[in-house]
Amino acid sequence: MAIIEVRDLGKRYGPRVAVDSVSFEVAEGEIFGILGPNGAGKSTTVECVAGLRTPDRGTVSVLGRRPADVRAAIGVQLQASELPERLRVGEALSLFSSFYPSPVDWSERLGLTPHLRAEFGRLSGGLKQRLSIALALIGSPRVAILDELTTGLDPQARRDTWSVIEDVRSTGVTILLVAHFMEEAARLCDRVAVFRDGRIAALDTPSGLVSRVDGSTRVRFVPSAAVDVASLSALPEVSDVSFAGEQLVVSGSENLLHAVTSFLARKQIVARQLRVDQVSLDDAYVELTGGSGVSDH
Amino acid sequence: MFRIIEVEARLFVRDRLNSVFALLFPSLLLLGLGAVPGLRTPDPKFGGLRFIDSYMSSIVVFTLVFIGLQRLPAVVATYREKGVLRRLSTTPMHPARLLVGQLVVNFCAAILSVLLTILVGYVVFGVDLPHHPLGLACAVVLGGAGTFALGMVIASLAPNARAAGGWATVVFMLLMFFGGVYLPRFMLPSVVQQIGSYSPPGVEALQQAWLGSTPDWRHLAIMGLVSLVAGTVAAKTFRWE
Repeated sequence: MAIIEVRDLGKRYGPRVAVDSVSFEVAEGEIFGILGPNGAGKSTTVECVAGLRTPDRGTVSVLGRRPADVRAAIGVQLQASELPERLRVGEALSLFSSFYPSPVDWSERLGLTPHLRAEFGRLSGGLKQRLSIALALIGSPRVAILDELTTGLDPQARRDTWSVIEDVRSTGVTILLVAHFMEEAARLCDRVAVFRDGRIAALDTPSGLVSRVDGSTRVRFVPSAAVDVASLSALPEVSDVSFAGEQLVVSGSENLLHAVTSFLARKQIVARQLRVDQVSLDDAYVELTGGSGVSDH
Repeated sequence: MFRIIEVEARLFVRDRLNSVFALLFPSLLLLGLGAVPGLRTPDPKFGGLRFIDSYMSSIVVFTLVFIGLQRLPAVVATYREKGVLRRLSTTPMHPARLLVGQLVVNFCAAILSVLLTILVGYVVFGVDLPHHPLGLACAVVLGGAGTFALGMVIASLAPNARAAGGWATVVFMLLMFFGGVYLPRFMLPSVVQQIGSYSPPGVEALQQAWLGSTPDWRHLAIMGLVSLVAGTVAAKTFRWE
């Protein structure tokens, strides 16, 4: 059964369309990732699911209800939301735990215990981030919505945070995660929706996303003699042949390497400086979001 | 709710500069003025009273407008700007409670500060205790409510914390002028004195309750009206983010 259901969601701010038409479902216990360039509608979508914004069009339901009616069951970590400067970590934790019927203390697991007396305004970016995760999870939510999960964290803290999220999921919590780069999505998410201009450009498992990209394998080499490009292109495994200087670049499906080397062997051509590249998740992301990392919104 | 008030109270105390100023400055000002011999000698200009007697109500005006306009709007606008209100609106607790907590704490601080001023005036300079305590209480509560409501209107309408601070300072200066904080009221033109009677927090009602017999109910009613109107405007126009 779907824990989160988004149907034909639309939201505009004045003349600007933030979310055009978005539909997806998240199953219980799933980690669902949302990925895309700035201004693609990720945060707006997530804020509608969190019950912070009212959609102009379409419906959003969480646990079968309107999000605003089930706030206690949703834990949220938001972009750009701070706490009063002089509020101490321990005070923030105890204040937020007073909002929920059965609070859970994540401060130990998130390494906040040594900083309980520190004031929010003096925390490093990483500590602020960890506190904000602890506050999102404090009400033992059934659904956790995490935006900018690991922004501002160093690589070690990032990995620690990922393992916290895996722990949280193992307790049956459904997670909606705005991921900011592919590695995070690939590591954590069961499925990923790639947003582009207020719509979902692709929705699949991380490995599914990679296989969608044409020419997922690429072979480069310098041929010892002239190659008949036309007959090489005619091979069923090959989707594209191009030159980069004296280098020949052949893209195609997974069995590309075998096809190319046997073709060359038949023609008695030697492939020098042979290299094989697999399309990475990052390549898939760039391809699916239309090439530019930052959109013009 | 109690937890929020407790946290807000801690934050108030921790904001040393403002809290010390709000609580102690009015009494220190009284001590400073009272140290000048001429100001504690009865004078016919003040109807046979001493300057400090007649200035007590203006000190209360200062306390109320300082807290209501210099502190309240800045804190509320900062809470909005930093996303504190937004963060709370994702929890089962409505962020309005944070604002209520903020009002309660500031109001308590104002009352404490006024009580301290009364005490210092009485103990050190023998200023009369308020002749009409209930009247003074009404004047302080309604005048404070009117001033705080104006502060909340500014917090609601200002686009950001900086603007809120700027706007509030202008209103703060004006209300201090009309309330006879800069110049004693007898030196002000009668038009200004009249305005001062009706502009929050209502110096005339404070003065009458303290040293006269009973405050003019019309002044109190006007303060009540100001609180109601300004409070409604603030509530209707308030933005949570």
